[in-house]
Amino acid sequence: MPQVSKRSGAPSPWPQYPNDLPSEPVRFAPLERVRVRMSAPLGHIRTPFYIRGCSGTIERLCGSFPNPEELAQQRSGLPAQPLYRVRFLQKNVWHGYRGHPADVIEVEIFQHWLEKADTRTRDE
Amino acid sequence: MATRRHAPEALIARSHHDMGGRPAGKVKRVEHEAEDWERRVDALMVLLTGVLDGKRQMTVDELRKNIEALGPQAYDRMSYYERWVISITQTMIQHGVITTDELGRKMEEVKARTEDPCRK
Repeated sequence: MPQVSKRSGAPSPWPQYPNDLPSEPVRFAPLERVRVRMSAPLGHIRTPFYIRGCSGTIERLCGSFPNPEELAQQRSGLPAQPLYRVRFLQKNVWHGYRGHPADVIEVEIFQHWLEKADTRTRDE
Repeated sequence: MATRRHAPEALIARSHHDMGGRPAGKVKRVEHEAEDWERRVDALMVLLTGVLDGKRQMTVDELRKNIEALGPQAYDRMSYYERWVISITQTMIQHGVITTDELGRKMEEVKARTEDPCRK
């Protein structure tokens, strides 16, 4: 499995981002398996279509940010949503991927698009 | 019993702009110096998003939303900053900063300026 980076010497597993915005509680930790929700609603969506339905591993929490789906509609986007960098194996994303089996792609995805993955499905 | 004409998922397909992973061939890299009007559009966005003075008239998320709302043909035909200027303008209409009527009349005025430089 590819090496997952960690902040060295940090007392908490979460990198700290100074941010006084009201925020949704953080639900996932690095190395946890998650699945991107398979959904195609209307509006402005930052979760790329190609990654929906795929399972991957939390690489890091990037911080919490106002929800762009709401910001796009003239609303505040609060409470802020935790944003994660999620790591996927390329071979799990693309059918017939011909590159190295350990190749990964990392996508930044907001928490409300993620759910706990069944670790027995679509895993490496 | 009535049957659905379409499966629900067929009604809300992937948006045109969300093209990551679709077959597209090689990327053609074309570089060009930014033209003056492109720099002005970029500066307009800096001002409207309140980067300098905190007075925010719009967000980058609205810019993206209105770019994504372009029809597929228009989206493909336009250049990067052409999409921006269309989207910024659409956003300003949505916010009531300008009206469609004001925009239409101003566009006619500017067009007339270039067609007949002597006309006041």
